[in-house]
Amino acid sequence: MKQVKAETSSKPAQSGRRLHPLPVRIMHWINAVVMLVMITSGWGIYDDDVIIRGFHFSQFWRLGDWAAWSLNWHFAGMWFLTVNGLIYLVYGFATGRLREKLLPIRPAEVVQTIIDTLHFKIAHDDITVYNAVQKLLYIVVIFAGVSQVVTGVAIWKPIQFSGLVSLLGGFQTARALHFAGMAVIVGFLIVHVALALLVPKTLGAMVTGGPRLDPRGRAREGHAI
Amino acid sequence: MKSPFRPDVVPNAGILDDHKPLIRSLERRGLIRGGLSLGALVMLSGCDLDRPESVESALLAIGRFNDGVQALLFDPNKLAPTYPASMILRPPKFNAYYDVVDVKPVSDATWRLELSGLIAERRPWTLPQLQALPQTSMVIKHICVEGWSYIGGWTGVPLRAFLERIGADLRAKYVAFKTTDDYPSSIDMATALHPQTLLALKYGDDSLADPFGYPVRLRMATKLGYKNPKWITAIEVTNTYPGGYWEAKGFPWFAGI
Repeated sequence: MKQVKAETSSKPAQSGRRLHPLPVRIMHWINAVVMLVMITSGWGIYDDDVIIRGFHFSQFWRLGDWAAWSLNWHFAGMWFLTVNGLIYLVYGFATGRLREKLLPIRPAEVVQTIIDTLHFKIAHDDITVYNAVQKLLYIVVIFAGVSQVVTGVAIWKPIQFSGLVSLLGGFQTARALHFAGMAVIVGFLIVHVALALLVPKTLGAMVTGGPRLDPRGRAREGHAI
Repeated sequence: MKSPFRPDVVPNAGILDDHKPLIRSLERRGLIRGGLSLGALVMLSGCDLDRPESVESALLAIGRFNDGVQALLFDPNKLAPTYPASMILRPPKFNAYYDVVDVKPVSDATWRLELSGLIAERRPWTLPQLQALPQTSMVIKHICVEGWSYIGGWTGVPLRAFLERIGADLRAKYVAFKTTDDYPSSIDMATALHPQTLLALKYGDDSLADPFGYPVRLRMATKLGYKNPKWITAIEVTNTYPGGYWEAKGFPWFAGI
């Protein structure tokens, strides 16, 4: 896979925006905590009436010692998830970050990245540029997050938003979709955390901001750390 | 060899002697306290660990905020979807905080519906009197907080018509219910006045079976299942928050859907 080499910039390294501006880092870590709250409290609610027969989440993985408190955690977390998510999307669209980081995705690149990954050739010299699979995963998880809010509203207020519920195929279907959305996000989370631990500088970048970028949004030489 | 963990300067051993009674009492107190909380922990199946008081009160505060938001989202004119009578599940699904074999049937000979609070005519009602009032039927979905749902058909007196009939203060905040199974419950006045809120006397075309609240139960299309008390014996109209059985254990009060 071709690597886009960082360009030398004449400007001093201290200026220029970072890979992850402060608002992105704050929103990322709020989301990380809130997502865990929503997932684990959701498991506590799920366990009272399972969707997949015989499939339970053990108490260890559930937030809330029984359903009422799982529910209270869930109904508290939902505000943080929704408000933080909305600000993230507005910020991402307004600053152009979402388009800059996640588009375009070329199917050929997706295939090539998968082949490379299967050969353990994971390119990560420059963490400022996402490969096609990364882009795809981030877009999928953003959609999954939005979908969770929509299906969540539907099963929270199935009468007040009865139109939305019938659009989703009924209450029980909306509930199953809400469960499926959780599965997608958990799947993403496993890959996301595993890769962040494999390439620890990405984790550091989400704390410190990461390398400073040139005007094209690429890393400056010597700062791809 | 000197242990690396042993301090170079050892404190005066006399300190221990001086404070012996204090140390001993602390240990004893600690033991008792530890034993008690261990016992409590076993009984409460880990409540203390999972839910410190500060977390609990924060969650309850957000819960009260959510109740307010739900009251705002509640549209008094929005009707829940209804279904054909052919879709009614027979018998309905039984659910309570105890098993169906522990249901205590209510005798209609002695049964009375007591009224109290902000109500003009507070004389008790008998079942034939309630049956003589105009009846309404609805086939609606019952949605449980646990996630399951079924379609049920209910016939009875619209709560709004009943409240008007008895001269209840319709500007009051709450309508509260008492039942024979010690399952107090309460709802907001807006929901009490909703056209799909019934004092149900029948399921389908038959009178309620014992496990489902004979002779009178509440059925609302706009609230979760646990807000619908069965075997109702008393109704109170009040401005003082009455709470409820599950609400006292942590479930949200408004529980609108």
